[in-house]
Amino acid sequence: MTDISAVSSGAPSAPLPANAQASPVHFRGGGFRPKSPRGIGLLVFVVLIAFLEWGTRAGFISALTVPRPTDVFATLVDFAQSGGLWKNLHPSLMRLLVGGSLGALAGIGVGVMIGLFSVARAGLVPLVAALFPIPKIALLPLFVIWFGIDESSKYALIAFGTFTPTVVATYGAVDNVDRSLIRMGQSFGLKWSTIVLRIVLPGAMPGILSGLRVSLAIAIILLVAAEMLGAEYGIGAYILQAGSLYDLERLFAGVTILSLLGVILSALVGLIEKRLLGWRA
Amino acid sequence: MELRLEGVSHRYGDVEVIRDINLSIPKGRIVCIVGPSGCGKSTLLRFLGGLERPTGGQVTQVGSPPEDSINPLTYVFQDFALLPWRTVEGNISFILADHGVRGARAEAIISDVLARTKLSDFRKALPKQLSGGMKQRVAIARALAVNPAVLLMDEPLSALDSQTRELLMDDLVTLWTRQPFTAVYVTHNLAEAVRLGHRIVVLSRRPGQIREVVEIDTPLESRTLGDPALDRMQKHLWTLMRAEAEAADMELVND
Ligand SMILES: Nc1ncnc2c1ncn2[C@@H]1O[C@H](COP(=O)(O)OP(=O)(O)OP(=O)(O)O)[C@@H](O)[C@H]1O
Ligand SMILES: [Mg+2]
Repeated sequence: MTDISAVSSGAPSAPLPANAQASPVHFRGGGFRPKSPRGIGLLVFVVLIAFLEWGTRAGFISALTVPRPTDVFATLVDFAQSGGLWKNLHPSLMRLLVGGSLGALAGIGVGVMIGLFSVARAGLVPLVAALFPIPKIALLPLFVIWFGIDESSKYALIAFGTFTPTVVATYGAVDNVDRSLIRMGQSFGLKWSTIVLRIVLPGAMPGILSGLRVSLAIAIILLVAAEMLGAEYGIGAYILQAGSLYDLERLFAGVTILSLLGVILSALVGLIEKRLLGWRA
Repeated sequence: MELRLEGVSHRYGDVEVIRDINLSIPKGRIVCIVGPSGCGKSTLLRFLGGLERPTGGQVTQVGSPPEDSINPLTYVFQDFALLPWRTVEGNISFILADHGVRGARAEAIISDVLARTKLSDFRKALPKQLSGGMKQRVAIARALAVNPAVLLMDEPLSALDSQTRELLMDDLVTLWTRQPFTAVYVTHNLAEAVRLGHRIVVLSRRPGQIREVVEIDTPLESRTLGDPALDRMQKHLWTLMRAEAEAADMELVND
């Protein structure tokens, strides 16, 4: 009692005992909250590229190991001006778009089914586990027989490749939806479809979107693989040609385009997350 | 509309949770259920609202709910159960919409319940922006919006600090005096029980049986903090529960 009144009425800092030493309490909080300050990502690229440029110019990196970044850039500009870029990028984007969205949509659908129905879960989880580790590219010949040598087999390959990771991410996300919210929906007598559309799907959205990031990266890998195995135009075909001629500048130009594609897609998912998941605390 | 529990028993596997409970919930009154932790209060409430079926006995509803009741048996949960991605009004409107209430009629209901729970200024807020007390008021507003015949509340104030709890109890009393509703109120807080209950049901430890039913005649609005009669009542309930709670506590240790 006396302690409390002394603290509240006394001077802000009571006189210290003669032998005591005052030191600030050691801070041990903070951390574990990675943010991404703007520009740091860019800086990493700039430093890396500047280093390569300097190395190739100074001569301690031989032009046979890594091409000079400025040369790659010049090749890219050339490529764009000659119209070759669009000619190769357009079919690639189409394949990515059609195959990726087919696979992602089917994956979300099947994932939600696994998350909701016991029969689907019992029947499909082992199947998905069996399909997941198959290197999809090994199945391209099969797809060529099934769907023909043209675009459809490439769509199928990309769709199949994005399908399995999306399924796994989606049913995990549905499993993680707060059951008390579902119980709330039932207690208000909501229709089954409303519970799925308004409670389960939005609740699973964070998990579905982070699964989508992985799936899209896999889609790009498969796109290139499919184009390397048989396509006239496409970024993959372009890289393959450059590679077989040991034209490192064009090879790196192609790789740069792929990396950019990855960055753009990932940023797009980030944008969607920002819009759809603003409710997260 | 009245609810009745007739010889209700329940077991989860080998564990007998509830034994032979007979109880009726009269119209327009608040029935509080108190009992030691794990005695089956929440389970009983799930039976009352049809979220789960007892292994023995039955739950019956006497008479039909009023015509304008959108969801006759409505819960208020301890953890609020608000959709975090919907605003305050969105949390109410999507339920009304599912029951076919849209447009001006929904708007009128939402404005009314938000006004009654003093939330009119927070219509567009997301749950993450609200304090715990406000979230529970939203949940209460949502429950009132469907015009329930019986409100089923499972420790609705347990997640809140004691000041907020005091304020929300006042709010509930005001809501009830303006427009009496039927409610079953589960709590382990005896002060809440003597403040809000017309009838208090004391359950024994697991398997839950009715130890005693206490009626309190003092009208809700004239029950004040520190009322000696209520304090005596609360002491009486505590003596009833104390032995049970202690025994229940020991059981958990021995398990
Ligand atoms: N789904 C379930 N499966 C198995 N046992 C359960 C289940 N739900 C509850 N129980 C058990 O039944 C008993 C009663 O649970 P209940 O949640 O109804 O208790 P309660 O009185 O509400 O307790 P509390 O005061 O802690 O909320 C507990 O022993 C609990 O472990
Ligand atoms: Mg409980």
